[in-house]
Amino acid sequence: MDAILLQILNGLDKGSAYALIALGLTLIFGTLGVVNFAHGALFMIGAFCAVTLQKLLNLSFETVDESQKDFLGNPLKVETPYVEAWFGPEVGATIIDWSVPLAILFAIPIMLLVGYVMERGLIKHFYKRPHADQILVTFGLAIVLQEIVKYFFGANPIQTPPPDALSGSVDLGIMVGFDPNAIIYPIWRLVYFGFAVGIIGAVFSFLQFTTFGMVVRAGMADRETVGLLGINIDRRFTIMFGIAAAVAGLAGVMYGPLNPPNYHMGMDFLVLSFVVVVVGGMGSLPGAVLAGFLLGILESFASTTWATTTIPGINQIIIYLVAIIVLLTRPRGLMGRKGVMEE
Amino acid sequence: MTNKSVTRRGVLKSGAVAGTGLALPTIFTASSAAAFTNEPTGASVTLGFNVPQTGPYAEEGNDELLAQQLAVEHLNGEGDGGCLNTFTSKALQGNGILGKKVEFVTGDTQTKSDAARASAKSMIEKDGAIMINGGSSSGVAVAVQGLCQEAGVIFMAGLTHANDTTGKDKKANGFRHFFNAYMSGAALAPVLAAEMGKERRAYHLTADYNWGWTQEESIVASTEALGWETVNTVKTPLASTDFSSYIAPVLNSGADVLVLNHYGGNMVNSLTNAIQFGLLDKVANGKDFKIVVPLYSELMAAGAGENIKGVLGSMNWNWQLQDEGTKAFVKSFGEKYGKPPSNSAQTCYAQVLLYADACERAGTFNPCGIVEALEDFEFDGLGNGPTWYRGADHQCFKDVLVVRGNENPTNEYDTLEIVEITPRAQVEYDPEHPMFAGGELGKCNPGA
Repeated sequence: MDAILLQILNGLDKGSAYALIALGLTLIFGTLGVVNFAHGALFMIGAFCAVTLQKLLNLSFETVDESQKDFLGNPLKVETPYVEAWFGPEVGATIIDWSVPLAILFAIPIMLLVGYVMERGLIKHFYKRPHADQILVTFGLAIVLQEIVKYFFGANPIQTPPPDALSGSVDLGIMVGFDPNAIIYPIWRLVYFGFAVGIIGAVFSFLQFTTFGMVVRAGMADRETVGLLGINIDRRFTIMFGIAAAVAGLAGVMYGPLNPPNYHMGMDFLVLSFVVVVVGGMGSLPGAVLAGFLLGILESFASTTWATTTIPGINQIIIYLVAIIVLLTRPRGLMGRKGVMEE
Repeated sequence: MTNKSVTRRGVLKSGAVAGTGLALPTIFTASSAAAFTNEPTGASVTLGFNVPQTGPYAEEGNDELLAQQLAVEHLNGEGDGGCLNTFTSKALQGNGILGKKVEFVTGDTQTKSDAARASAKSMIEKDGAIMINGGSSSGVAVAVQGLCQEAGVIFMAGLTHANDTTGKDKKANGFRHFFNAYMSGAALAPVLAAEMGKERRAYHLTADYNWGWTQEESIVASTEALGWETVNTVKTPLASTDFSSYIAPVLNSGADVLVLNHYGGNMVNSLTNAIQFGLLDKVANGKDFKIVVPLYSELMAAGAGENIKGVLGSMNWNWQLQDEGTKAFVKSFGEKYGKPPSNSAQTCYAQVLLYADACERAGTFNPCGIVEALEDFEFDGLGNGPTWYRGADHQCFKDVLVVRGNENPTNEYDTLEIVEITPRAQVEYDPEHPMFAGGELGKCNPGA
């Protein structure tokens, strides 16, 4: 039982990333009708916002310590971060320690801007082009973005640790009546799941309870009619592109402490996220979220020793297998709407 | 009177034969005037440096390339000469190779076997490279080694750790300076016994490809010989980015040691995940839980950050060694590039010098002469102390390092501390050892 609960937790955790990326993808597809293969790159840029803030907070000045030597035997140059010099060692160290959560504030305007520039500068020119063209241009953009990141940050993964207070693990088993050590789970993974639920809730609330969201939903249902009412739906959709970019970016910011960011991380998630969107149903926001968590959990269970021993390789194909089964039984996906991608 | 009329069928046949001939790669149809492939005829000789310039190991490839460029400088008499001053063979004079200036071309392996073969082929065919050096993957090494054997050029492997490179896939034209998975196990086992005891239960997570399998096999064999029990061996897909599903069951498996047979990004992520799950804070079977990473590199250690503290592993070489060869190389590299070299950089540097030295001693660029000069060559002064290039399988034997993630690093490069320098004799094995069985070295191929 404890093993099952552990894999469910792992699945929710993986599913959080899938759901957030798929949510953004669906927002863009549902509003603008664009298949955005650069969405994984937005996730990666978000993670590198955290890396950048961490580097900025660690900007240092050098002092020479004659008592220590560097690898060539010269006096060691000791680096002291400016924030520690300005705010004192303790406050400065705390600010650096909390760089990942602080990066949320740093990333939001950057990701909105990146999304806005991406949509206005490139993607809007492809609205009336076939989906194949959209896929090619956005995939090309993703490669360009990841090469730019590699140029500035290198190919090696870069650690972005969580704050000390949120690192380490917690014994969840004891809290629900299991033996000690039965369900040990990393604190930051729980934080990530909670954060994902919060972001998903915020996006849905925004669409459901604000006038802006109502207009966007109306535009997703019938763009032409909303346009005929004199509403500038294109502008709102551009803003939604920015919001989708911010959602992907925030998913990336908070993902860094789970696995160190590298320039390729967006591509690692991209294909899986598209499968999530298709399984959930093209254009369906609840479907994207549901499928994200569902596939995350299934993938976790497929990675257990029991599963890989029973069906070798199942951990590598489970998501695609489920996609095939869902599409055979429900061609529009779990929560797909009639008419989407069917004209 | 004979009928000499031209038929449609005849034209087609002739065309097909001619087309096939033209389509054949020139490396297999080199001019009969040359004694061997890409025989240098001018004032220079071209070496091909095939390293990952893009992809997940691009940092490693960049470090290799820096070392290769440094080696070329030293061969041409530029810079401080580096290990030319410490190398026990005194055949190299800093005047190029056999009096010819050394030039180089580079290729990008992308850490993909097909891309690596294509770039090596291009350097041999189009650029006239007479030797190929570099790489950061066993799959790439085996693929390029095979190509070089067919093409008739020498392959001086870079970072390749799978037993197969000098085991079942060994080739007469290929030489490996880097150590292998068997040697990692042989070096690590006594240290593991001393630090963790002989009654341990190990759980292996293994990258699901050739290198991972051979490393798992080697480490399982050497730890079980100590008396350890192997609780489970789980294969993880190479493309995995999150290992939480694989790490979570370890806690309740009855194991008290986790062995991560992962490299590069896989290792950085699996170790990070293992630390997140608090494995190193746990007590299992009445013992402190431990993690072992059998193959380390400095770049991986940097990627893993603080998570690597206290974790044991093995290395081919480390810049902190105090032998004269190491000190000379670290000084040259450090002063030129402002950082210490990685162990893959050191291997590539040593391989370029060893190739050049073999040419000088053989008095020829002919691959068969070089093979003869390198086989059973014993030398010192390039790092790791006295070293032997065994003729039977073209595997280099030298001391192997057991290292540990540094608990108290004094600078950003001080990520690993040397725990033990395992003597060469302890990591030697019979060329017919079952882990290396199944292949034939064959005969050297000069091409042409």
